Amino acid sequence: MSEAILDSGATEAPGAKGLVDDWSRDKQVFGVPWGKAMMWIFLLSDTFIFSCFLVGYMSVRIATTDPWPNPSEVFGLEAFGVQVPLLLIAIMTFVLITSSGTMALAVNMGYRKDRKKTFWLMVATALLGATFVSMQAFEWSKLISEGVRPWANPFGAAQFGSSFFMITGFHGMHVTAGVIYLLIVAFRVKNGYYEKRGGNYEIVEIAGLYWHFVDLVWVFIFAFFYLW
Amino acid sequence: MATEGTQHPLKIYWIMWAALFVLSTFSYLTDFMDDGALRTTLILTFMLAKAGGIVWIFMHMGWERLALKLAILGPPVAILVLIGMMSLEGEYVEDSRIDNYGESTFVPETPGH
Repeated sequence: MSEAILDSGATEAPGAKGLVDDWSRDKQVFGVPWGKAMMWIFLLSDTFIFSCFLVGYMSVRIATTDPWPNPSEVFGLEAFGVQVPLLLIAIMTFVLITSSGTMALAVNMGYRKDRKKTFWLMVATALLGATFVSMQAFEWSKLISEGVRPWANPFGAAQFGSSFFMITGFHGMHVTAGVIYLLIVAFRVKNGYYEKRGGNYEIVEIAGLYWHFVDLVWVFIFAFFYLW
Repeated sequence: MATEGTQHPLKIYWIMWAALFVLSTFSYLTDFMDDGALRTTLILTFMLAKAGGIVWIFMHMGWERLALKLAILGPPVAILVLIGMMSLEGEYVEDSRIDNYGESTFVPETPGH
């Protein structure tokens, strides 16, 4: 059915003409598999959720009269006897970027129908994601042991704790869900589940979209929460 | 059409991957700078470069048709309006807190590790 819709009046015109054609012809607007279009629309809604969190954080940070805790001190770690600002956060950033790279390669291998490489690259991605979440758990425990709570903390404005736990908690939940999602798809790639369904590996790209989005959100959290 | 641009050589991914590492290192290094307009500009520049690369290359948005690009990337622009309104509101709330309750008397501890 979808082929019929895609073929009827499908146009390859680029740019603005293609835009008008795609919307005005009597056909499916987006020339992508429905799963991919739906994942993009889900990610768009998720963009709004994270934006609301970050805008809320900006709002309370501006509005408070108490001094805002200095993130480079709060998230600093001592390594080899030297205080390094944001050390763990920097490592977490690199772990997530590495996982984005392995995911991009997995998508490519998926389209080449190299099931073995796709499987291992997705497992590597999931393991890096799990590493990220573990480091996040360490960061939370450390802050909690130092007296940071959602309602108060010793280093400055109370809103720091609520923003931190809400934003990083929601992001960590996304990473955790992503790890589970990736593992499910990876094992299905391995055991030939998609071979029985026409050998279509678009699902790897769709899972990849979600994973890259999680990395994308971290780019914004890193800039606005940790560096700003 | 659906898989257009998904089977290109791996080279572009390696380049993007390396670029993300370099840009992340740079954005981490901004933490060692003094606060100011330059630091803020650099934070935002590196952030947008990384975000753009992820969406365009890793999420393949660069190879999608304009209809999908606009449907997904257009609506978030509205968030800029929210940011503008909430920062004005935030300033107003801070001013009225100072007017009614006075300046903060909070004495923060220095984070000790």
